[in-house]
Amino acid sequence: MIKLFKVKEKQREIAENANGKPPVKKKTAGELRLHKDISELNLPKTCTISFPNGKDDLMNFEVTIRPDEGYYVGGSFLYSFQVPSVYPHEAPKVKCKTKVYHPNIDLEGNVCLNILREDWKPVLNINTIIYGLFHLFTQPNYEDPLNHDAAAVLRDNPKLFETNVRRAMAGGYVGQTFFARCMH
Amino acid sequence: MTNSAVQQSRSRDLDKLLLRPGNLVEPAFEPGPGLREDLKELVKVLVVGAGGLGCELLKDLALSGFRELEVIDMDRIEIMPVDLALSALRVLAAICLVFIITALLEDVGKPKAEVAAKHVMERVSGVNIVPHFGRIEDKELDFYSNFNIIALGLDSIEARSYINAVACSFLEYDSNDNPLEETIKPMVDGGTEGFKGHARVIMPGVTPCFECTIWLFPPQVKFPLCTLAETPRNAAHCIEYAHLIKWDEVHSGKAFDPDDPEHMKWVYDEAVKRAELFGIPGVTYSLTQGVVKNIIPAIASTNAIISAACALETLKIVSGCSKTLSNYLTYNGAEGLHTKVTEFVKDKDCLVCGPGVLVELETSVTLEKFIGLLEEHPKLQLSKASISHRGKNLYMQAPPVLEEMTRSNLGLPLFDLMGKISKDVVHATGTIITSDKKISCLRKLRVVFKGVDGVADMDTAGGA
Repeated sequence: MIKLFKVKEKQREIAENANGKPPVKKKTAGELRLHKDISELNLPKTCTISFPNGKDDLMNFEVTIRPDEGYYVGGSFLYSFQVPSVYPHEAPKVKCKTKVYHPNIDLEGNVCLNILREDWKPVLNINTIIYGLFHLFTQPNYEDPLNHDAAAVLRDNPKLFETNVRRAMAGGYVGQTFFARCMH
Repeated sequence: MTNSAVQQSRSRDLDKLLLRPGNLVEPAFEPGPGLREDLKELVKVLVVGAGGLGCELLKDLALSGFRELEVIDMDRIEIMPVDLALSALRVLAAICLVFIITALLEDVGKPKAEVAAKHVMERVSGVNIVPHFGRIEDKELDFYSNFNIIALGLDSIEARSYINAVACSFLEYDSNDNPLEETIKPMVDGGTEGFKGHARVIMPGVTPCFECTIWLFPPQVKFPLCTLAETPRNAAHCIEYAHLIKWDEVHSGKAFDPDDPEHMKWVYDEAVKRAELFGIPGVTYSLTQGVVKNIIPAIASTNAIISAACALETLKIVSGCSKTLSNYLTYNGAEGLHTKVTEFVKDKDCLVCGPGVLVELETSVTLEKFIGLLEEHPKLQLSKASISHRGKNLYMQAPPVLEEMTRSNLGLPLFDLMGKISKDVVHATGTIITSDKKISCLRKLRVVFKGVDGVADMDTAGGA
């Protein structure tokens, strides 16, 4: 219970010592968990991370992936990460900022990766997401398509798919869609 | 005011609790008219949220003898464009009072907090309610420290997490890691969803705080994007397709605002088209709201039950007239009626309400030396630590880009980096070795600088 006579005393005390506590910036528990994930990041050399808002804003960052094998070797792909304040209860929001010809990434940048949505668990972390994104380039699959044209080509005519990917990365048209150059 | 005979009959039920001794009372309970007066004069209660539950809470608290109340809510009263009958009920639920009060049409568009305060003050004479129209994050800490107890009628994990962090930031521990009673800011947290609800008592440092038990929440239902794009099977898939995929295609750049009825109507129309394409039944406007905003229609009885539990706990905590709920009540009225109280246990390593580990330092200690000390500290043994203080990353061991950005701090005194205050909370992430395995670990530390003014034998656990 609250001892009410003490409340009166405390109110008087507070009025007398008006300073004391430093200005408080609210840091959520999500930010602390993110701080842990970031400080133990163990990225392969194909993936780099940058913090456009400086070292104190870990909730918004970018990751660049440069696959070194598979259909997408030689390309450079930028992803934006937005981490919610209730992380890890909710997964980070990840979008692909580079327009890419890929069966699992649509033209708006939405990424179909199970751990970003239905298979997200709080025990996963930023490292696992980045590895998952990298995996999409080394092993694109036509069974979970967001871009059904690309998925159909990959399934029916892998040689044509390879040509399309190379043309898109070099800068050019695939069908009616134009892809800007994204080689590194 | 009015004569005392009328006063007495008005608080007749309250008097039974406050004027007489009992067997379940707290040890320091002092029955008497003085206690009843203290409740009126000294106690300030904040109600967070003026929705279905918040309004009910305001009314119940006003009728329970509290006189100084404040309420904060960031929404206005709205009538939804479709389903007018259902929306009238919703508006009623938004100002859900037991007395037959209907939301007057003139109240539409006004802030919920202001309308709720006005109506309750009209019906309960003598109560004073100050409404605040705004976001809880926009208020200073001083605002919250004024209240003796905070009652929550919120509808999201995020908001609860925020208020919990604020209330726990006032908590201080002594050198034996015991919470200091005067710094405990109690909260009573209620929540309702259709026929289900919960009420819990949070005493920071004593009972589990909101973060201690946040792992109990199941993950949200999220559909795979490819199902939405290629193979929808039910109405929810169609709605999420319109919400997540079609919106960006058509309105690229413009953010979707779930509170804008026109945006919601657009999503509903697109979802209907999609459902027709695939022959899927069941897309309605209210389902659209439910899927996009996680709205479940309010049931007045659930709000009444949960609010009653919360108001009673508030009364008990403030007056000591009975033992409090210990500490989590669940209610389910969907099939029959079930209610249960579970006693959850505090997480001693909780980053928000836990005491952390005490580290005493000279003001000359550099950040680099501090990181080394953590490795040798008997309670920590934390190697390769990354340090953060109040949102600022003082040193990060990885990734390389951040290590470079923070390397220059290593040679500076920690006292300076922390803003030259005598004591504060710092967080450290590093690795520890348990039974031959290296695992990573995030720890809360209470750093106290020796010889600086204002350091008694009380240490801070606040500011998480």
